[in-house]
This record gives sequence, structure tokens and C-alpha cells, in this order.
Amino acid sequence: MTVLAPSTLIVLREASVAYGAVQAVRAATMRVSQGDFIAVVGANGSGKTSLLRLLHGVVAYTGSREMLRPSGVQAMVFQRPFLLRLSVWNNLRIALWLAHPDTATALRDERAEQALRRVGLGALRDRPARSLSGGEQQRLALARGWAVRPDILFLDEPTASLDPSAKKDVEALLADFAADGMTLVMSTHNLGQAKRLATRVIYMDDGRIDIDLPTSDFFASGTPGRAGLFLKGELSWSLDG
Amino acid sequence: MSAVTESFSTAFRLIVHADPALVRTVALSLAVSGSACLCAAGFGLASGAWLAVARFPGRRIVLLVLDTLLALPSVVVGLAVYLMLSRSGPLGSWGILFTPAAMVVAQTILVLPIITALARQVVADALRDGGDQLRSMGAGVLASALLMLLHERWAVATVMLIAFGRAVAEVGAVMIVGGNIDGVTRVMTTTIALETSKGDLPLALALGLVLLVVVALLNVVIALFRRTSGPLAAELR
Repeated sequence: MTVLAPSTLIVLREASVAYGAVQAVRAATMRVSQGDFIAVVGANGSGKTSLLRLLHGVVAYTGSREMLRPSGVQAMVFQRPFLLRLSVWNNLRIALWLAHPDTATALRDERAEQALRRVGLGALRDRPARSLSGGEQQRLALARGWAVRPDILFLDEPTASLDPSAKKDVEALLADFAADGMTLVMSTHNLGQAKRLATRVIYMDDGRIDIDLPTSDFFASGTPGRAGLFLKGELSWSLDG
Repeated sequence: MSAVTESFSTAFRLIVHADPALVRTVALSLAVSGSACLCAAGFGLASGAWLAVARFPGRRIVLLVLDTLLALPSVVVGLAVYLMLSRSGPLGSWGILFTPAAMVVAQTILVLPIITALARQVVADALRDGGDQLRSMGAGVLASALLMLLHERWAVATVMLIAFGRAVAEVGAVMIVGGNIDGVTRVMTTTIALETSKGDLPLALALGLVLLVVVALLNVVIALFRRTSGPLAAELR
């Protein structure tokens, strides 16, 4: 049996996800280590979101998924964040209560305050969460993810539905989170974003992990196979995105 | 003046002058149906939300039975409760047959499937939108169910309104278990049935109008709540 490095958080071995007859992830083998910022790229329907859900453990799978810290906290930010019809403040408090039920309320409230300040929503704490703009809602979702101090934060195309300004704000926050040492795994269509933020890039094709390389290697010329074609097709418009 | 016009005119006079018999009957109706809805709400909302979230063997059969009970005839409920509460029945020792308490029991049974089935639907719809997020946040079955009830509280209020409408408008069950005793168990619907059979239309009409106004008012209240809970109002701070 392979001994995992202490920095390893999650290991997948031949893990697959199927939705009925549709094979979304096929025999994925990979690991996520402390401090990684992994960008998962690929065409629509290539299995990016399913890979994130598999890593997060919120979807049924076959094969092996091993967590080095089974009690560790994970969080996920979805493309369209689901916010409860409550105030911004109560959305944060509920997330903290679910993740850390044994922590003192005062400490949870302090973390919620910190999270709001961090994403620049301090002035909107009493607003109904669903009345925020799309960018503000995504920042609140990021605050909710960050506040629970996760070992890993999963992000499913977090900027896909945002305007350029909101996209820039969210990218800046993600860069801050990464600089703090948080482990992030993000699916994205935006290769420019992957190049700017990630330390590793995974290219998915038809449910398979086709390529898993450090970012600089992935974007170096000569990336083989369909990933190379994908890269050529995307670079012209999305590296500047 | 025709008999119908005269009846309407007398009915309006009864309402405007707050006729004591009318007020007593309306108050008892609202109290009985309101109590029944409150009694059914606790179990119905919780079990409906739980049914939306939980997965267990036989769940489909439970849902089928629940949907069937939506069409439960009120006279059948009345008969079943009568048999249970009658002197020779298993709960005869309670001695509540022909009292408002028996009417509350019957109406609770009548509206329980409605609250459960509609609450299940409301929570199931909400879960399609946010179930993954709640699971991702670590919410278990109970927490997901309760959070979705809170999230959909205005839809839940509408469910309660529907249940109250069903309870306050039914006649069969309360007639059987209440006995329609004047001043004790006589509610709006049983009074309307009785007065119509006696040919005394004004009181029946007045009560019918009050019944309509009560339901309309409840609708207006719910609509106002929905409107004020929009972006301009801070929700549950």
C-alpha cells in the first residue's frame, strides 16, 4: 500500500461517477495536496463539475476516494450559489453552525464578521441575501466558504455568470485565499484565469483526466493530444479574459 | 322585494350589527379550525419536510398513501373519529364526543395529509435548487428539512392557508363528531346546512358571506406578507 505524504488531503484511485447510463467521471486517479490551487479545465460535459463533486464527496462513486483528514472541513462554491431567503448575516451564521456546531456562538459570530469584511460585504450584512447583485452573491458564497476555514475549498466555475468587474473581484479574493495557504480546486472554462491563479491544471476529456500538470508545463507549447487542440482553440480569446 | 334580496338584506344587517349568534358561531369556527391547523402543523410540516429529504425502503408507498389521503372525505373522517370517541370506542373514556375538542381532532386528521403532502412538495422543489449546497455545507437530513422549511416560509404559510380553508369550509366531520349543538358545537358550515334546511336563509347567507370574507382576508394577509418580505424588507435578521 502506498504511503501518502503528510501534505496529501485527498487521493482518488480509479474513481468513477455515473448518472444512470451516463459516465461522468471515468477511472480518475489523482491527489490533492495542501496548498494546491488546481484548475480543472475541459469542454462542456467533460466531467469537470462531477470531478469536483467526487473530490468533495457529495456524489455516489465507485473506486477509491481516500481522505487523509476524514474529519476535515470542506466547502464548495457553486456556479450559481444557493442562498437561503435570510439576511446576509444569517446565511453566514448558518454555514458556520453547520460546519462547526461545537464552536461557541461568539466565536462563530466573530468569524462571520471577519468573512464579511474580507469580501467587502460588511455594510450589507442585514440585507436579504437574495437581493444582492450576482457578483455580491458570489462574494457572499465565497465568504461562506472561507468562514468555515475549510481544508479544501471547491469552486465550480465561480465567475462564469459574472460581469468583468465582478469577475475581477472574485479572482482577487481567490488569489488572497491561495496566498493564505488555502487549498483550492476550481473548475473553469477560462484558461486565462487558470493560468493566472492555478498551480496545477487538470484537463478533462470525456470524463477522463487526460492531463495533470503544473500550470507552467500545461501552458508550455507542445501540450499533447486533445488538450493541445483545446488549448489552441481557447487561447485566442480566453487568456485575456 | 324578492325573498332572495330580502335574505341578502337581512344577512348584511346581521353582519353589520354583529349579531351575537353570528359572532359566536364565527368565533367557534375560527377557533376549531385554527386549533386543528396548529395541531396538524407541528407534525405535518416536520414529517412532510422529512419525507422530502429522507430516502428509505417503502417511501414510494408512503407517498402514494399520502397522496390518496389528500382526497379523504370529511364524512369518513367524521365517522372514524365518532367510532373512536363514542362511549364504546377505544377513546370513549376521554368523554369529548360532541364537544369542540372532538371537532378539533376530526379536522386535525382531515388537514394533516394536506399539510404533509404540500410541505413535502415545497421542500422537494427547494431541494432541487439548493440540496447540493446544503449537503456540501454538511447539513444532515433533519437540518436540511428544517432549513428548507425556513427558506420557503411564505410557501409554508400558503400551505397553512390552504389547510385552514379546507378545515373551515368542511361540514361532514364536524357535524358528525360535534352534533351541531346550539351554542356549543355549532359552527358556520353546520349552521348554514341547518338554517338552509329550515328555510331560514338570512343567517345562512350571512355566515356564507363571512366564510368567504375570512378566506379572502387570509389570502390578502399572505399576499401582503409576501410583498413586504421582498428586497425592501430585512428578513429575519
